[in-house]
Amino acid sequence: MTIALLLIALVILGAAAAAMLSRNLIHSALLLVGAWAGIAAFYLWAGAEFVAFAQALVYVGAVSMVVLFAVLLTRQGATSAPVEFASWRRAVLGLVVAGGVMGVLFGSIMGSPLDVRLPAPPTGISVQQLGLLMMGPYAPALLIVGVLLTVALLGAIVIAAVDKPEDTP
Amino acid sequence: MSPLQFCLLLSSLLFCLGLLGALARSNTILVLLGIELMLNAANLNLIAFWRYGPHPAIGTGVIFVLFTIAVAAAEAAVGLAFVIAVHRHRRSVRLQEASQLKG
Repeated sequence: MTIALLLIALVILGAAAAAMLSRNLIHSALLLVGAWAGIAAFYLWAGAEFVAFAQALVYVGAVSMVVLFAVLLTRQGATSAPVEFASWRRAVLGLVVAGGVMGVLFGSIMGSPLDVRLPAPPTGISVQQLGLLMMGPYAPALLIVGVLLTVALLGAIVIAAVDKPEDTP
Repeated sequence: MSPLQFCLLLSSLLFCLGLLGALARSNTILVLLGIELMLNAANLNLIAFWRYGPHPAIGTGVIFVLFTIAVAAAEAAVGLAFVIAVHRHRRSVRLQEASQLKG
């Protein structure tokens, strides 16, 4: 465990907690971009460079833009009213459930014999190996994901589109 | 505490933060962002197990994370399209007021 991993964890958790507790929706979205960038840094630290750049492209680049557009398109009025919590009861119940899940996970992680010592420092996987895997054994899954993305994005356009039949000539 | 345990703790903390956001907030966009955080926590787990697993040369974890990122991106796009459609019908993004999706 290195200082870099501690710093990355602090950045991820701090940004995510601030985003989930913030009362300004735009601040939340921008803080989550920070958390996603921290996760990309974690992937870089772990030696999965390709995944890190995919995370940066998809989350920091694309999903954040979609989220910001959704925030701007669904604003109520010109003033940016603070987004309150639903109610105290719901906030407390959410805290209780999240804390309970955290307790269960913490107990099971600390109780598991995970102290494996690696014989050698693990090396990452090269992009060439990844490409061979994707085009070889995982080619059907890659095709299915492509079809899924196409269908999902077409569905998103159909759902979000404005249908005004009187406008058609 | 081994590095693998540290990574697992980090990912479970992130998962619980996302769960808290999805349960306690009433804004639909924030709930979706919480779900995205939970998906990212799962990805952290996959990468941690790949890194500290017995065979890091086999890129199963990396491939799995790539597919998960693709599916999460599709989910975010469809979810935010739903948010925009519901907002157009009801002029609101509060979850309590969108309890009925018909019409």
